[in-house]
Amino acid sequence: MKKISTLDDLKKTGDKGLKSLFPSSVKIVVGMATSGIASGAGEVYEALIAEIKKRKLPYVLTKTGSMGMDFIEPLVDVIEKNKPRLSYGKMTADKVPQLIDQIVKGTIDKIKPIYRVDEEDIIAKREKKQYLKGAVPEYLREIPAMYDIPFYEKQVKIATRNCGIIDPENIEEYIARGGYLAAQKALTSLSPAAIVDDVIKSGLKGRGGGGFPTGVKWQSCVAAKGDIKYVICNGDEGDPGAYMDRSVMEGDPHSVIEGMIIGAYAIGAQEGYIYVRNEYPLAVANLTKAISDARSCGLLGKNIFGTNFNFDIKIGKGAGAFVCGESTALMASLEGKAGEPRAKYVHTVEHGLWDRPTNLNNVETWANVPVILARSGKWFSEIGVPHSTGTKVFSLVGKINNIGLVEVPMGIPLKDIIYDIGGGIPGGKKFKAVQTGGPSGGCIPAKMIDLSVDFDALWEAGSMMGSGGMIVMDEKTCMVDLARYFIEFLAAESCGKCTPCREGVRRMNDILHDICDGRGKVGDVEMLESMAKGIADGSLCALGGSAPNPVLSTIKYFREEYDAHINHKHCPAGVCRALIRYEIAAKKCTGCGVCAKKCPSECISGEKKKAHKINQKKCIKCGICMESCKFNAITVE
Amino acid sequence: MKKATTTEAKTKEIVKKHGRDKSGLIAILQDIQEEYNYLPKEALSVVGEQLEVPISRIYEVATFYNTFSLNPRGRYLVEVCAGTACHVQGAFNLKDRLQRDLEIECGQTTKDNMFTLEEVRCLGCCSLAPVVRIGGNIHPYLTQNEIPGILRNYRKQG
Amino acid sequence: MVNFIIDGKKISAAKGTMVLEAARANGIDIPTLCAHEAVSRSGACRLCVVEAKKGKRAKIVTSCLYPVEEGIIIETKNERVLNVRRLVLQLLLARCPESDVIRDLAAQLGVAPQPRFAADKDKSKCILCRSCVRVCEEIVGVSAIGFSCRGADKAVSTPFNEDSAVCIGCGACAFICPTGHIEMETTEETRKIWGRTFKMKACDVCGRYFAPEDQLKYISKKTGVPLKELAVCTNCR
Ligand SMILES: Cc1cc2nc3c(=O)[nH]c(=O)nc-3n(C[C@H](O)[C@H](O)[C@H](O)COP(=O)(O)O)c2cc1C
Ligand code: SF4
Ligand code: SF4
Ligand code: SF4
Ligand code: SF4
Ligand code: FES
Ligand code: FES
Repeated sequence: MKKISTLDDLKKTGDKGLKSLFPSSVKIVVGMATSGIASGAGEVYEALIAEIKKRKLPYVLTKTGSMGMDFIEPLVDVIEKNKPRLSYGKMTADKVPQLIDQIVKGTIDKIKPIYRVDEEDIIAKREKKQYLKGAVPEYLREIPAMYDIPFYEKQVKIATRNCGIIDPENIEEYIARGGYLAAQKALTSLSPAAIVDDVIKSGLKGRGGGGFPTGVKWQSCVAAKGDIKYVICNGDEGDPGAYMDRSVMEGDPHSVIEGMIIGAYAIGAQEGYIYVRNEYPLAVANLTKAISDARSCGLLGKNIFGTNFNFDIKIGKGAGAFVCGESTALMASLEGKAGEPRAKYVHTVEHGLWDRPTNLNNVETWANVPVILARSGKWFSEIGVPHSTGTKVFSLVGKINNIGLVEVPMGIPLKDIIYDIGGGIPGGKKFKAVQTGGPSGGCIPAKMIDLSVDFDALWEAGSMMGSGGMIVMDEKTCMVDLARYFIEFLAAESCGKCTPCREGVRRMNDILHDICDGRGKVGDVEMLESMAKGIADGSLCALGGSAPNPVLSTIKYFREEYDAHINHKHCPAGVCRALIRYEIAAKKCTGCGVCAKKCPSECISGEKKKAHKINQKKCIKCGICMESCKFNAITVE
Repeated sequence: MKKATTTEAKTKEIVKKHGRDKSGLIAILQDIQEEYNYLPKEALSVVGEQLEVPISRIYEVATFYNTFSLNPRGRYLVEVCAGTACHVQGAFNLKDRLQRDLEIECGQTTKDNMFTLEEVRCLGCCSLAPVVRIGGNIHPYLTQNEIPGILRNYRKQG
Repeated sequence: MVNFIIDGKKISAAKGTMVLEAARANGIDIPTLCAHEAVSRSGACRLCVVEAKKGKRAKIVTSCLYPVEEGIIIETKNERVLNVRRLVLQLLLARCPESDVIRDLAAQLGVAPQPRFAADKDKSKCILCRSCVRVCEEIVGVSAIGFSCRGADKAVSTPFNEDSAVCIGCGACAFICPTGHIEMETTEETRKIWGRTFKMKACDVCGRYFAPEDQLKYISKKTGVPLKELAVCTNCR
């Protein structure tokens, strides 16, 4: 690969990237993030190869990362010269010939695109680049523009600026969209102090959960004594149900690398590490390729951009431990040890990895840095709200129509995320609450739907921003069961070093299990509250320190559900197995007998074509009958 | 290059690949597990000797992290996602069904060594919840009724 | 010197002194379980917690690891601190119901068992204070024992729960264990610890059995002192 050492080199490489992003022949792009592949993008990709070959078409086929609309994956984009980029959802291998037909004929009569993109906003370069020349062709007028559809209308993409657009394996495309410009500027014309200053001005706060001001952290690492310093990217993403960081690492690995180059230069670090969760093989693969490409281009290694700044990055893989997302445990793990946290009375910015000054930031935090440097801290600080600037990426999952990856300006009302972007709750059910901050966070009840999504407001509501998992729950979600779920998770993930967390969390888990199993006692809720205080105060690290949050917040907002379980042995949402019963509604049952055939404990009986009955004594409450009944005759109470 | 056959030689090769660096312990164990599908005891002692790390520290690491297994695992790893998104979509019912059908508990391997059942926390496909990953393949929006057929297919493939 | 306040008392101590030592030097008692003078500290048991107030922020810290700071105000017995200590002891009582050490300490601090916590049957007397593992690593230098698993399953053991090839039978781990969890049986000629039986060496002079042979071999190897010179017990040297 050609060395890049000047602005001119960057421009030349960028020009090549522009040619592949805005090609002169037809280009088809398949969304191949983990979830895309899981929903069949691989087959679509293969089918496209075959079809293009069969028809001997001069089409180019590439891959990209997460496009965000996970609920209609696999996604395929089609780019034709001088025409808007068109996005197709729910593609299958079967539909490929039709799609190719359409492109050849210049129609959209068989498969309708979801949206069109007339021009691309290249945020790091502050420019727009046109796909479309002239007016929108007649046959595409009915297709809405991307930012006119509710899912995108309120989104602002900074950290995920390139996800779903560029080929993550192609450094030229990253550069074409303004990549490495900020690093070039920083290394060749800015002093470390000026960079730290601008990051402080931006108001950027850590996106990994704690929300600590990034520039301030950098400043204390600059001040720490030591010749050898490290920067680390936290890509452990342990929150079960969150995949923002994975999407960035898979879809735009260079944005993380560029952020780290800038940070390392500002702090005076020569070495960097990216710690990636073991469950993310594609992220590891794409990061590995990106690091090696950056190295070949001279963007990592010695004398970057012709300066005397040297920096390189290694990847460390996790091995399945939530606690390794915690800074000191992560560093222990990178050193090849069990991931046990240590007391942080001496900060990691002074004594971190191998006891040397270390600056750790989250994936999304790093990905924001190049844009801040390219556009200015002031520009960034004007997005969002005063104490929460910029944007936040969320993975919007659970009982919501539009499941996917979204990036919104801080301070957006929760309502907009749930109803406009998320498209509301499926099946006409009622929205009940949303969990943010994962196992360390809490829930926000429906009545607070107008809440501003920013660090302070979420904290005051008893939850936290967390790393960006947003799990939506409807009336069929039991909040006691949810609290039990998180506590059980944390009990299993506690490193076991300190008493309050190792012993206390499992005792809370026992009590919550009792409540869910109908053995709850009067006074249990108060007991949980008092234990929560001792565990939060007494634990060594923030895992134990925040472990009680899901319990406290569900008690705060859904106390009546606890009482129903404890006092009336009743699970209002119909989830807790010991407290529910499956019933067949005689009126709806057609007597088809499917449920009886499927029931593993053979406890459904009835004559053919007559209403069936469940023998409650033998029922193990597996729910298969309900899943199997085509007439919705089976209900749970 | 001649391919090492014995556990000892193979392990040494892996350790060498990682530059005999103590901090590479986790990566080394990952490579060993990749090779053998679990961590053979013999391999662990070789790692200890090569890195000059006490075997007690290696045992600590090998038992601390979820992905390491000290016991041989089945041909297919069945991973039930128990992440939050999958949980609220009823993943616990899938787990129970798999336990019943495979006649094992989570963490165990079937008698015919075909399947090892494990619970994992989020496979990063929350939009497809609930999901189960079998032998690396994601099964999206899984229902209990589909499970017997799926298991039969894997058994047929051998 | 650093000046600060503990329980209303003005105190000064050298920079780097831990709150625990500063308090004890001034007659203020703070209970501990895992801070043993022979080994480095881990902050595992959390019994020694105190509240540290700096400006407006008051946080709970472990006194055994928290270095004194100028102007800091420490409370060792307020309700918030006692709440943590009570919980820690109740949790340990439930974990190690057989441990008389824990039972006595709880009684001394006026903490009764919490009936809502079912007593464990499988943990015996180990409170995971880490002293044994640290002494074997830091003082003895063989790292024969370590931890396995994590969370509630965490335990101290030899690797694979098998006889350790590197254990020298010195018994340091058993001596340091605050609860007597580690079983060591020494008869005249043998010592049994961690499942392994060691042959004891009789003093070349008085004939009294005084140390495991493996331990002497290890000392000889480490220090270069010929084994023969070590074959005499301390009394006869
Ligand atoms: C138990 C625990 C798990 C954590 N997991 C993560 C994680 O998966 N990813 C992450 O970026 N930060 C995680 N954190 C927060 C990190 O400790 C740290 O604050 C963060 O990575 C700093 O980066 P930031 O300032 O850019 O947010 C976790 C913290 C705790 C206590
Ligand atoms: S709080 Fe939990 S995870 Fe953190 S050190 Fe203590 S036991 Fe380990
Ligand atoms: S819930 Fe399961 S066991 Fe009970 S009746 Fe339905 S199928 Fe049978
Ligand atoms: S007896 Fe064995 S395990 Fe105990 S300290 Fe001595 S060498 Fe270590
Ligand atoms: S065995 Fe004794 S010394 Fe070792 S951790 Fe347990 S209680 Fe502490
Ligand atoms: S929660 Fe199951 S894939 Fe994320
Ligand atoms: S004595 Fe300080 S934490 Fe145990």
